[in-house]
Formats: sequence, C-alpha cells, structure tokens
Amino acid sequence: MQSSGLGVLVRLVIARDLRLAVRHWDQVMQPLIFFAIITTLFPLAISPALDELRRIAPGVVWVAAMLASLLALESLFRPDVEDGTMEQWVLSGQPLSLLLLAKVVTHWLLTGLPLVLMSPLVGTALGMPQSAWPVLMATLALGTGSLSMLGGVGAALTVSVRRGSVLLALLVLPLEMPVLIFGARAVDLAMHGEPVAGPLNLLAAALLFFVSLGPFAMAAAMRVSVET
Amino acid sequence: MHAQAGQAAAEPQLDVRAVHLWRGERHLLRGTSFVLERGELLQVVGPNGVGKTSLLRCVAGLLPTESGDIVWRGRPLQDCRDDYHQELAYLAHINALKPDLTALENLQYSVALRRPVMQQELRATFARLRIDQCADLPARALSAGQKRRVAIGRILLTRASLWILDEPITNLDSAGIALFEECMAEHLRTGGMILTAAHQLLLQGRPGVRTLELH
Repeated sequence: MQSSGLGVLVRLVIARDLRLAVRHWDQVMQPLIFFAIITTLFPLAISPALDELRRIAPGVVWVAAMLASLLALESLFRPDVEDGTMEQWVLSGQPLSLLLLAKVVTHWLLTGLPLVLMSPLVGTALGMPQSAWPVLMATLALGTGSLSMLGGVGAALTVSVRRGSVLLALLVLPLEMPVLIFGARAVDLAMHGEPVAGPLNLLAAALLFFVSLGPFAMAAAMRVSVET
Repeated sequence: MHAQAGQAAAEPQLDVRAVHLWRGERHLLRGTSFVLERGELLQVVGPNGVGKTSLLRCVAGLLPTESGDIVWRGRPLQDCRDDYHQELAYLAHINALKPDLTALENLQYSVALRRPVMQQELRATFARLRIDQCADLPARALSAGQKRRVAIGRILLTRASLWILDEPITNLDSAGIALFEECMAEHLRTGGMILTAAHQLLLQGRPGVRTLELH
C-alpha cells in the first residue's frame, strides 16, 4: 500500500493543529494571559520598587513561564484522546512518536514561542535592563522547548486519568527544575554583565536530549493511555 | 521445507487463537478463537457487557491480551504491528471527528495520514454516502447519523483490507443501513474482511457471513 512520507506526516499534523488553533484562538490565548497576570502579581505583593523587583525578575519570569507552559499542557493531547482521534493515530500504522513530536512542536509554536516574544515586555515591567533581553529570550526559547517535550511525556502518561492535571503538575514540575535553575541563572548572569555561555549550553543540551528521547517516551506512554 | 511452504499457503489471513482477557476482576474473554478469510464477515454477538468491544480492541491491537495469539498472515501481531495497522480500518463507538473542522477537513486529515488523497475522491465518497451537502459544514453542526456516515466514509477511504467495526450502524436510519450494507458487500466481493460487533445482524444469509456468540 502506498503510504505518505514522513515529512508529509509532520506537515499534516502541524497544519491540522494550527487550523484548529485558529478556530478556537481564545483557548490558545489563555496561557499567555496567565503568564502576564502572574508576573504582575509580584510587584503588587512584594514592592513596586524597581530595585527590589530587578533582583527577583529572572526568577519571576521563569517561574511564570513554567506555570504557563504547565497550564497549556492540559490541551496538548486531551481533546484528541477524548474524541478518538488518538486511537486512530495509534492504529494508523505510522510512527506514533513522529506524530506526537509534530504535535508538541505545534504546541510550542502556539504556547512557547509567544511567551518568548512577550518576555521582554514582562522583563521591562520588572525593571530588567534592555541588555538582558537577548539572553532572556534565548533561555526561554531553549527552555520552553524542553518544558514542552517533558510536559508532553507527562501529558501522555496522565491523559487517561480523570482530572489528571494536578497529577501532571506533580509529575512534571520536579523534572523541570534543572531547566528553571539554568534558565534563571543565565538571565541573572546577563543582568550583571557576566558570561552566560555555560548555562545556555546546558539548556541547549537539555533540549537536544528531550527532543531525541521524548518522542519515544511519549509514544510508549500514549499506547498505554489509549488501552483503557 | 515443503511442508512449511504448504503450511504458509494454507495460513488464514487473521487467526485468533484462545484469547483470554481480564478486565479488573472479571474474566471477560475465555479462550475466544476464530479465523477470518478473504471475503468473510464475522459478526460478534452477545448481551451488553459480554466483551464484544474488548474483543474488537484486542484484535485491533489496542488492548494487550492476557494470553492467546492473534496471527495476521502467519505472523504474530506484536511482530508486524505497523504492517497490520496499515491494512486495518477501525471504527470505534466514537467517530473521531473534530467538531471545529468541517466534515471534509476531518476526512482529509485522517485519510492523508495513511495515503495521499485528492479532494475529488473525498467529495465522491461524500456523494456515495449521500452526505455531500454536509461536506463543508463543521462536524459539530452535523446530526449523529450524519457524523456516523462521515466516520464510515473514513473507513471506505482508508482502502484497508480488514475492517473492524464496533456497532457500525448506531444512529443510522434505514436508508443509511441499506447503504452501509451495500458498502460492506462490495468490500467482501473485492476480497476484504470485516469483523464487527452489532446488535442487528447485517448481510444475513449471504455466503461468507458468520456469527460468533460470546457468553
């Protein structure tokens, strides 16, 4: 039987998910608004003094990005599993790991990339100097990619669990800590004008690691999840 | 060597041998066995909760069995999963349609995952199933019967040799059932195989149509 090429498969999944996102863009916006709101809570709760905010800015932006990406995970696989699409994918005879990777890439384009683009705005609001913007964006670009992949594995594992979102958070957040540590540290170093190559390289290595192994873990977890 | 070759020729297409399945505390499938050859339709019958859907899911490879073998063209299922799935079209209780996509987009995305497909072919299938007026409506706007027809359209377009259909005629009207029986008959004529669970027997009295009763 003639079958579709792998590149075609990836394009197909991405095109489908982008089209779905356009049709209910309000749901796509929610994690972004969440990100913006969390970062505005800190000046309200701690102090509006920029000096004080500047000290905690890298940590605040990074924790907010982590929570926003966690919030977005809920919509990664659940709709497809609930309406039976995932079952069809499992039975399609195509590499499930590749299909799920394409889904995570689209998910990152819709939830991770906007966070990266929004981060200078949020950083500025917290008193972050303009010189730290490139590093902030670079760490978030690498870091949210890792968060999406790790979160994808967690989401595939918990997707069949009723109200599994708390379990997902408990499962994924501890694993995401190294990404948070290196990400926030790199931004902090950049704000003090120090070299950031070390933590940035580690973030890139983490991303490569998760992208290369994550799809197989996701596919295995998903096969178990659709059994029920 | 000769004996082996002869055995391979006599090998049935789908051979399910003594499948056992537990769901929680219940021993659902107790040594279920059957074979399916080209042009045959096997209807699994039995009361609700007896394990018809579970049997179909096992045979589709969605659910691992406790013991027993499922053999596809002489190879155990776990050794040829992808090849087997490329020959398989599975219709579940749920239709696997995205409410936000149009009926046509739904079929396009699900069929193109398996093989390249042209718009005309999709529209021809809609016409064949008499739902051409629904093609460009979002799936959420369709009636339950229309959604079922769209899902059946996916089965037809997949061009698989083995159809596994779980209650395929749910929500179909009598015209829809007749239409679907026609599609099934044509699939059997061209050497296809069908395994279904249904409360209402389809294509009764036709050669190659059998029932399997679960207790």
